[in-house]
Amino acid sequence: MYKYDQYDHDMVQTRVEEFRDQVRRRLSGELTEDQFRPLRLQNGLYLQLHAYMLRVAVPYGTLSSTQMRLLGDIADKYDRGYGHFTTRQNIQYNWIKLEETPDLLAELAGVEMHAIQTSGNCIRNISSDQYAGAAADELIDPRPYAELLRQWSSFHPEFLTLPRKFKIAVIASETDRAAMKLHDIGIKMVRNAAGEIGAQFYVGGGMGRTPMIAPMIREFVPLDQLITYSEACLRVYNRYGRRDNKYKARIKILVHELGKEEYTRQVEEEFQHLLGQGIEPPLAELERIGQYFADPAFETGLSDDLDVSDPDFRLWVEHNTAPHKQAGYIIATVSLKPVGGIPGDATADQIRLMADIARDHSFDELRVTHAQNIVFPHIKKADLYAIWQQLEAAGIGTANLDTIGDIIACPGLDYCSLANARSIPIAQKLSERFVPKQEEIGELKLKISGCINACGHHHAGHIGILGVDRKGKENYQLLLGGSEGADTSLGTITGPGFDEDGIVDAVEKATEVYLNKREDGERFLDTYRRIGMAPFKEAIYG
Amino acid sequence: MKILTGNDLKSGAVTWWTGEGWSLHVNDAADVGEHFADVIAREEAARNVFAAYVIDGERTAEGVRPAHIKDRIRALGPTVRPDLTLKPADPEALNWVI
Amino acid sequence: MSDVQFRFRDDEPVSDPAVTVDSFAEQTNAAAVRVEPGDDARALLPHLDRLRLIEVNFPAWTDGRGYSSARVLREAGFTGEIRAVGDVVIDMLGHLKRCGFDSFAPQKALSEADAQAAFDRWNNVYQATADGRQPIWAKRHG
Repeated sequence: MYKYDQYDHDMVQTRVEEFRDQVRRRLSGELTEDQFRPLRLQNGLYLQLHAYMLRVAVPYGTLSSTQMRLLGDIADKYDRGYGHFTTRQNIQYNWIKLEETPDLLAELAGVEMHAIQTSGNCIRNISSDQYAGAAADELIDPRPYAELLRQWSSFHPEFLTLPRKFKIAVIASETDRAAMKLHDIGIKMVRNAAGEIGAQFYVGGGMGRTPMIAPMIREFVPLDQLITYSEACLRVYNRYGRRDNKYKARIKILVHELGKEEYTRQVEEEFQHLLGQGIEPPLAELERIGQYFADPAFETGLSDDLDVSDPDFRLWVEHNTAPHKQAGYIIATVSLKPVGGIPGDATADQIRLMADIARDHSFDELRVTHAQNIVFPHIKKADLYAIWQQLEAAGIGTANLDTIGDIIACPGLDYCSLANARSIPIAQKLSERFVPKQEEIGELKLKISGCINACGHHHAGHIGILGVDRKGKENYQLLLGGSEGADTSLGTITGPGFDEDGIVDAVEKATEVYLNKREDGERFLDTYRRIGMAPFKEAIYG
Repeated sequence: MKILTGNDLKSGAVTWWTGEGWSLHVNDAADVGEHFADVIAREEAARNVFAAYVIDGERTAEGVRPAHIKDRIRALGPTVRPDLTLKPADPEALNWVI
Repeated sequence: MSDVQFRFRDDEPVSDPAVTVDSFAEQTNAAAVRVEPGDDARALLPHLDRLRLIEVNFPAWTDGRGYSSARVLREAGFTGEIRAVGDVVIDMLGHLKRCGFDSFAPQKALSEADAQAAFDRWNNVYQATADGRQPIWAKRHG
């Protein structure tokens, strides 16, 4: 993975000192809260329901074991012994003190980590495929391009006061594991007819109040124009994105209101102008970054056999592992969704255990997924059983990846000041209700958001749940048929909402319709797409 | 009754205006009636609190209960982690919130 | 009209009143113009040789359209004074300068010490912008 050079260190450390000074000026009264708020947001520090919440960046979801271990230590030293992994591959701490934040950021800087631009109206953490560099089906590792974009977007002076937040995802396989088309900019690395690698640009996707799937605006951007083209996309947004209404300020609204053709035309015009400005790093920079993403020293000649005679282990292997490009290796996902647990939360001890396993068995590397789980990208099959036993002993060996038990849930009203309803108790109830049915149901991506901001990505759930405030009481709407993969679709609401017990029953009725109606090999999503909403609506509302 | 709530600037902790100062405990909250704008302005300028706002509440046998569930969760702590709330040993605390 | 508090030019400051972008085209003797957030700075491109001062207004520092305006003007070859006016805050001074602003007239005077610290804050920059500073990628590859 990428390692900072003297310049990267200098930038992150300068940022720490800048923020330390801003905190000083806030505590002395030189800065009012109105003046300070945008500054602390650009350092990832929110005021949440109970305290300050700090969102630490995990660039394109990749972590070293040293970094992971510090994240565990920070949970103990500065917080209450746990952290929360988010749907944008970051980690959040819920009980941070403002006066301690500069020291916390200084410790992060010591292991090449930061909280830069994880909030605010700026370019946020760039997300990517959690199997990058390991997946059998990728064209190329997308992360060097994500790293190039990360540096370009950090402290970019023209784009720190955008109309609204800006989220970018980069993938490099036909299987979209990063919900690429639901981002402000989604980039898919492709190979053109001449055999050259380049970037396909999708602009104007997003969830929230008005979910939209990003249209493709450029089929192929050569590698030596990647930054220039990105800059053109951002400049058009900065100049013409709406600033009159916070709920219409994302780029998806601009692309929708201009139309894809006109937005594309404006970008191409700006792009032609910018090509003459010398803002593109040389290809040597991409090559320099790429060297950090070369394959680790895989052993060769390893057996692909795996002893799955232990039935619990076999279940975990079936659900939580994926094929690796190197014989004898496997990709393993740690589910942070224990039955009845809080999705995405991990204790400091669990975090440190995962760090140790990565150091000893995964070439020092881990990934955070946007489904709030952790991946060991490079495990020798021969080591897998012992690892699983350690995970089981620590309460994170749950065999439920991509099943109904693998619930994605935002923190909701238990933690978030934007929320209208609690999401975690719903996740816990559903998790427990469906234990007996999980295997029979198979693949089902269930996503819960506690408000319309959709941080739980409910629009993209095969089953989605949206918490709302109905006359002062928590109420839950049910959506069916969303998908975050390459076959991106947005869920459709079933009808009137439910209370917290009613929503669990409604989900159960929906799964019963699926089990009754499914045909060979169909997942829930496939059956829904084939038979439509009507049978579900009838079963749920009678 | 109308009560004032906000956060402590340095620690971020949720606080409640008692009439004289800011307490961590909602049962200490005072009824500010209609005259709270001056209090908020003065206390924020003095940096004794920030992000202060007024909410509805009611007097109960135990003390003060905010009208909206969001503020009750702020008063207690996350319902899914009783151990991290202000009343970890109180089995009735969750009922009070919901 | 706020005073210019910081200026990074050697020439004489222009004291002409700045006219609006809309009226500038007709006022052939105007040498100063003010760009509002909703103006298209490129409307000035045919007239850059007439201009000695371009003010870019920030009614709220969080409305960042002025940064694009300044860069666009520098990229078009404007070498006159580009002045940030309005809600100019300490924490954006460095970024404004990177986008091509070389004078600053905040509506409320800023602390000199804090402003100096802000201008001097960053030893390095990741991007090539309008201020001519060598970005990190250029330092890495000579």
